[in-house]
Amino acid sequence: MAHAHATTADHEAGHGSLGSYLTGFGLAVVLTLIPFVLVMTGALTGPSTLVVIFAAAIVQILVHLHYFLHLDSSSGQRWNMLAFLFTLTVIVLLVGGSIWIMYNLAGRTMIDQGRPPSTGEMM
Amino acid sequence: MITRTFDDVFAPPEAHGHAESDTNVMFGFWLYLMSDCILFAALFASYVVYTHSTAGGPTGRQLFDLSGTLGETMFLLMSSITCGFAILAMHRRQARQVIGWFAVTFLFGLGFVAMEVHEFLHMVAIGAGPDRSGFLAAFFALVGTHGTHVTVGLIWMLVLMAQVMGKGLTPRVQSRLMRLSMFWHFLDIVWVGVFSIVYLKGMV
Repeated sequence: MAHAHATTADHEAGHGSLGSYLTGFGLAVVLTLIPFVLVMTGALTGPSTLVVIFAAAIVQILVHLHYFLHLDSSSGQRWNMLAFLFTLTVIVLLVGGSIWIMYNLAGRTMIDQGRPPSTGEMM
Repeated sequence: MITRTFDDVFAPPEAHGHAESDTNVMFGFWLYLMSDCILFAALFASYVVYTHSTAGGPTGRQLFDLSGTLGETMFLLMSSITCGFAILAMHRRQARQVIGWFAVTFLFGLGFVAMEVHEFLHMVAIGAGPDRSGFLAAFFALVGTHGTHVTVGLIWMLVLMAQVMGKGLTPRVQSRLMRLSMFWHFLDIVWVGVFSIVYLKGMV
């Protein structure tokens, strides 16, 4: 992290300024309100709402990482970024694998919980 | 071959007079946050798998109140930006402002925890506690683990505010404040997943 040099003089570069914190905050508020308003008003229905919810969540997570945690691809962040990408891989395997296996199981055993993938609801 | 002791690696920057040990500590804390990500991923996975396992009990749609969730989300988001202001004040070496901004952050965080505890108590009172169904067990495990993290963060914040008052903004205290802010921003990221996957998806 650029945080690593917190005690040295060059902290300004990687730590963001008032402006970048406010930009991140503004984006986060907008990306929170969009899915909340859509769901609370019922403006969209079914799968399209889910797509908007997940898209807004992913973009907001990137906004937080960039503006609040200051994670970027600069050389000083190489190991942080590498650890992050590895973690992301584990998360995709863990969450994706669990959902895949358990929905398949539910579909094949006709257990009355969880819905088989054929209903189109994988998440 | 020189064996590096615990103190060599984790000694505060002022003890060595260079920033290398601080770099190690920051990276180590980042690795802890990444392992915490995996813990939350496991809880998210179990929640998604158990979403429809309501055992005849209440579903998310019947239980969740989105206006309350929006309030919690805004509290946490406000606390994230005020935490950022506290760190900016730290770089300006203004100890009073650091304490002031962290006090505001603390109040927003406390508001979040209070709303969550209220929600949990209400659910238990109407018979929708973690013992009711697989869905509710997974819900309380996921949301409760996040709430516990926030509570620990609040205690950590009080301790560091006391250190800023007592010791001033020494390099060691600054280094700890940086890790607290990383932890706090990280919890806000996990909450984005919680309100999207648990609350919003549950209401669609």
